[in-house]
Amino acid sequence: MKQMPAEYYQLLEQLQAVDFVLVDLTLYLDTHNGDAEAIKQFNHYAKERKKLRNAIESKYGPLMQYGHSYSGQPWNWDDAPWPWQV
Amino acid sequence: MNTPRKTWHPYVSPFDPCKPITVKTYSTPPNLYMGFQPPGLEQFTPMQALRTGTLWKAFYDPWYSPYEKAREGQQP
Amino acid sequence: MWVYEKKLQYPVRVSSCNPKLAKFLIEQYGGADGELAAALRYLNQRYSIPDKVIGLLTDIGTEEFAHLEMIATMVYKLTKDATPDQMKAAGLDAHYANHDNALFYHNAGGVPWTATYIQAKGDPIADLYEDIAAEEKARATYQWIINMSDDPDLNDGLRFLREREIIHSQRFREAVEILKEERDKKKFF
Repeated sequence: MKQMPAEYYQLLEQLQAVDFVLVDLTLYLDTHNGDAEAIKQFNHYAKERKKLRNAIESKYGPLMQYGHSYSGQPWNWDDAPWPWQV
Repeated sequence: MNTPRKTWHPYVSPFDPCKPITVKTYSTPPNLYMGFQPPGLEQFTPMQALRTGTLWKAFYDPWYSPYEKAREGQQP
Repeated sequence: MWVYEKKLQYPVRVSSCNPKLAKFLIEQYGGADGELAAALRYLNQRYSIPDKVIGLLTDIGTEEFAHLEMIATMVYKLTKDATPDQMKAAGLDAHYANHDNALFYHNAGGVPWTATYIQAKGDPIADLYEDIAAEEKARATYQWIINMSDDPDLNDGLRFLREREIIHSQRFREAVEILKEERDKKKFF
């Protein structure tokens, strides 16, 4: 039975944390579009998320598809586990 | 300082069959007092923000069940 | 268009196989103030709201789909591998007869989701006040569900979702303020 290692959950939670900051900043900026400091912070975390996303995808396969992620050989987008299964 | 939990004392009739609750509470979360959010409010770290559900400390207002409060030894 | 990301917004956990909790948690899946209603309400209203607040409705509506997936995950985990006897004992006999262990968009009373749960008046203030009310109602629903749950892991995820309702309500209130401004302008700080 295939199971995800502890490292997967750690990496995923780090990405979830950075992405959460980006979600909350997005909503904030939707009503505060002139806040330069917040925009700086947003761009900083957007860069951070790229690193984390690459770290996860290189080990555990694509997080997005329709071409937003590269595919492995063979096609690994539809590999389990799905988010509600882990 | 605004408190997020308000209390009131409902009327108790001698003919109320259920054991009366003499003090009732309701939630008035921080968004009711904030107005238009000012810039530069104090933030949580990203991991804390994920865990609490808000990037800004001023909005943090967690809700616990009576079971959780009982485990913590607090009044439900 | 929308693009799916293969991860939850929040690391959802539940402590035990407990279909009883799933029975009332489904309120936030297919209920009047649930996450499906929220997502569809905002993403539908955005076509007729002033440009200044379309972004906010789009982004909150999109986040609601992430919350819908969290609720689905909770229900899935609470009922996964539950036997027909366990489903029956949890009061899910009527659900089981129709759906086995499948999820369905209905409320805690088994009433199927309906578009009458959401509004689109076309008046920006009326619509945003509806949205603020919807967020406060969803916040209250989370309170009542947390009150009935003794599962600390489940409550952890539900607390996150309740906190998000507070933030969304805040942003909708700010959107009303933006619409009260005299003309299009950016706010600088």
